Amino acid sequence: MYAFDIERPTTIADAVAALGAEDAQALGGGQTLIPTLKQRLAMPSKLVSLTAIPELKGVCVADDGALCIGGGTTHATVAAQAAAHYPALAALAGGIGDPAVRNRGTIGGSLANNDPAACYPAAALASGATIVTNARQMAADDYFQGLFTTALDEGEIITEVRFPVPDRAAYMKFQQPASRFALTGVFVAKYADGVRVAVTGASEGGVFRWTEAEAALSADFSADAVAGLSVSSNGMMGDVHGTPDYRAHLVKVMTKRAVAAA
Amino acid sequence: MPKDTGIGASTKRREDVRFLTGRGKYTDDIQLTGQAHAAFVRSQVAHGEILSIDTSDAEKMPGVLAIFTGEDFVDVGGNPAGWLINSRDGEPMKEPKRPVLAHGKVRHVGDAYAAVIAETAEQARDAAEAIAADIKELPAVTNMAQALAGAPFVHDEIATNQCFDWGWIEDNRAATDEAIRNAPHVTTLELVNNRLVPNAMEPRASTGDYDPGTGDYTLYTTSQNPHLTRLLISAFVLGIPENKLRVIAPDVGGGFGSKIYHYGEEALVLAAAKKLGRPVRWTATRSESFLTDAHGRDHVTKIELACEKDGTFIAFRTETMANVGAYLSNFSTATPTFLHGTLMAGNYTVPNVYVNVKAVFTNTAPVDAYRGAGRPEATYSIERVIDKAARELGLDPIAIRRKNFVKPDQFPFTSAAGLEYDIGNYDALMDKLEELADFGGFAERRKASEAAGKLRGLGINSYIEACGIAPSNLVGILGSRVGLYDAATVRVNATGNISVMVGAHSHGQGHETAFPQVVGEMLGIDPASVDIVHGDTSKIPFGMGSYGSRSLAVCGSAVVRATEKVIAKAKKIAAHMLEASEADVEFAEGNFTVAGTDKSVSFGEVALKAYIPHNFPLDSVEPGLEETAFYDPANFTYPAGGYACEVEVDPETGKVTVERFTACDDFGNVINPMIVSGQVHGGIGQGIGQALLENTVYDENGQLTSASYMDYAMPRADDLPFYTVDHSCVTPCTHNPLGVKGCGEAGAIGSPPAVVNAVIDALQSGGHNVTHIDMPVSPSRVWAAMNNA
Repeated sequence: MYAFDIERPTTIADAVAALGAEDAQALGGGQTLIPTLKQRLAMPSKLVSLTAIPELKGVCVADDGALCIGGGTTHATVAAQAAAHYPALAALAGGIGDPAVRNRGTIGGSLANNDPAACYPAAALASGATIVTNARQMAADDYFQGLFTTALDEGEIITEVRFPVPDRAAYMKFQQPASRFALTGVFVAKYADGVRVAVTGASEGGVFRWTEAEAALSADFSADAVAGLSVSSNGMMGDVHGTPDYRAHLVKVMTKRAVAAA
Repeated sequence: MPKDTGIGASTKRREDVRFLTGRGKYTDDIQLTGQAHAAFVRSQVAHGEILSIDTSDAEKMPGVLAIFTGEDFVDVGGNPAGWLINSRDGEPMKEPKRPVLAHGKVRHVGDAYAAVIAETAEQARDAAEAIAADIKELPAVTNMAQALAGAPFVHDEIATNQCFDWGWIEDNRAATDEAIRNAPHVTTLELVNNRLVPNAMEPRASTGDYDPGTGDYTLYTTSQNPHLTRLLISAFVLGIPENKLRVIAPDVGGGFGSKIYHYGEEALVLAAAKKLGRPVRWTATRSESFLTDAHGRDHVTKIELACEKDGTFIAFRTETMANVGAYLSNFSTATPTFLHGTLMAGNYTVPNVYVNVKAVFTNTAPVDAYRGAGRPEATYSIERVIDKAARELGLDPIAIRRKNFVKPDQFPFTSAAGLEYDIGNYDALMDKLEELADFGGFAERRKASEAAGKLRGLGINSYIEACGIAPSNLVGILGSRVGLYDAATVRVNATGNISVMVGAHSHGQGHETAFPQVVGEMLGIDPASVDIVHGDTSKIPFGMGSYGSRSLAVCGSAVVRATEKVIAKAKKIAAHMLEASEADVEFAEGNFTVAGTDKSVSFGEVALKAYIPHNFPLDSVEPGLEETAFYDPANFTYPAGGYACEVEVDPETGKVTVERFTACDDFGNVINPMIVSGQVHGGIGQGIGQALLENTVYDENGQLTSASYMDYAMPRADDLPFYTVDHSCVTPCTHNPLGVKGCGEAGAIGSPPAVVNAVIDALQSGGHNVTHIDMPVSPSRVWAAMNNA
């Protein structure tokens, strides 16, 4: 990696201030950024570590019943502490990477990076989560804007993610054989006012909602309800691990399985 | 009762104490005073003309000590091919020079054209990025068929991309063609043996050192065969006299073939150390490993099997394109030919075999031997086409193999591909397989899978391989430019413990445990008092290293011969001590006795006497107790096995899971059953990796798109089932003193066809008319095959 300065502030305010420097870069758990730096593919002047900020960490339940997760909370903590309130989300967190990744990587880091094959974006979008930053609150529907692209401004930090807890939910991930990211992952969440279905890993546009399935499942929450639907391969990713057709097919299979498991 | 010591005991691996507690000492662990660091500048294009290299900015960078380019090595030699192959028309193969650093052209992504030496590794890397090279990108060729069709040429000076066009056995060609023309049934299969990245856990690393006071060079390097590396550097590349070059291969974290070969980085660090008068070190990044370690396999084959309607084999005929990459790595020409074509009769009495192999230069990393080296390619072709033929003819896959097996009373058997198999019992292996794999319960298991929405398949494989890669007379006839004997020195110390210096190199095989079991057994002493010394050309006799499952069969035999010499000499000393005639002295269980008396001396007493030779019969016996033997076998060894794999296929996603795996191998006599089982386990893991996961993909521009673990799928524990392995079917090798055959590669040879045969069986059981899927049999490929997508 190239040389850089590093700061480790202990408050959100100090972190925001530090990120005001030119070419400064926030560092969460580092599970994407550190390998990128080691490959010399990024050259930040300064890294601002978010790991020493207590107010970014933790899992709690808000008065309205939403599950609130601090942006700096690790996957392992979510897997352990969200299990009672939102088991599908806890299971998703427990299935990311391996124990080393889960003990370093954070929910805020994952959502800020918005890797098109990451797991958390599917949960956030399917849950209609609210992304809370140091500056504002955003609905998940507004937050995700394409591959590695979000509504975050330069230097903006995800401080919390609020998940309305569904009646039933499940995440089904079909692993890419090498990275074990989602080749296609589908999160299905059933709320009193309807069903939301979010798909990761499949689309060239990043995480997206499969609205036809949502409508069908809102009327009849069963795997059979999506049996008659088809997913277009237009805009699906194609690579050595799967063609667009294959990914489109997997969207349906994983959706059916998620509904069955919910 | 299993033995608890000596030959046949499952002694725990003594080397694991240091490996598992972080105390192994690898090349990168060796820190030398005053060391500098090398970084290589590597081509980012697959094919390009080097118009200029401007190092002026880099030279001014902090810590930079020296910069080398290809220009600095134009007057030294190239890294040679170790095996001469002649084409069918008698023309020798094309051997373009492989320089230390690319000069004139770069020929694959990762091809190094400059190197920077600096005070720190980071400084070297910074300066490497500051080198401004003007490289004119040229059209690249990565597809073998296109490469054979004509320009662009990887090497302009040979004006072709064909290295050779080899026929085996050319005199059998017409008869084979005729047999196929007249056969009642011919099954044809076109298949790809996928290119693999070796992925040793320890990346390649080399440190060069030079002593201006003595003129001595030392190279610490990740090598499977330090003497061969020394020979290549001395005789072909840099011209350093062999006696002035010491090569040390310390602990090496896996090789799988990729560390047999000499690489340019080794020459560079030596040349740089000489120039600077300081040690110069380099350790590959994982990215460099992906781009520049010699890859494995990469064959495209058409195979035909001609047979009677009852399944009796009449002929095998293959046409193969074998990718050698951009340069000839040291054994790249032997692997697709004599390690492949000679095995194309399999375990079978088939009377006609003809093999044609075209070796092809492409703008990709060099390809060379990788665990199994040619034999997996042969086995895969044969055993896949047999399976297809059985299905076409409605024959049981085991029955068709049994019908054609060489039978025990036919050995020694000269196969139609020209090798003389000394011994084997393939039916016994199949009997054992049928017993252990519980074929009787398969129908029930299939039913259970189907109830869970899965398709279940059973795949069989029967392999033979040629191991103990050695017989110098034979390999010399076949084109080898080196001898392939091995050597050992047994040094009995005065206090009776023993150092054994061996030419074999252990990089995971357990020699430090297994070889002492042999010596301990022969001398009737505790193997714990025997230590193995390997990997340092200044300490060991000139041996040829470890690859081709040869260490025990070849070097182990040298250990036996040297130990026999020690016993013979010790007997003379004992006779003197016992005041008896040598002819009357008997040696058993560590004691020399005089027949018919109670007179006895222990081996330890004799050892002490050898070094304190008071009152010694110097006219008939020299002091000391140390003997060396060089062993060159009469033939290859021929391990064989029967493998069975059961898979489940998820018909919705195409995902294959290996549910059961049974491997029955005949390795001849077994020294340490636990180590042998471990070798088979590892081999099967690699074979399943090849069959289901590992996919080395170059795009049309020659970029390696699977150049990291994000896209290159290595097998992990949860990809693999618990194995049933058995090596109780033993036909001892007839021509080496231990009766051993070699076990290091069997798993990687035997498993891929078993896995793919099982997948096809599963799909057929579900009504899918799928006859073949190329490896890796990934979920997307299975799904596409099922859906004609």
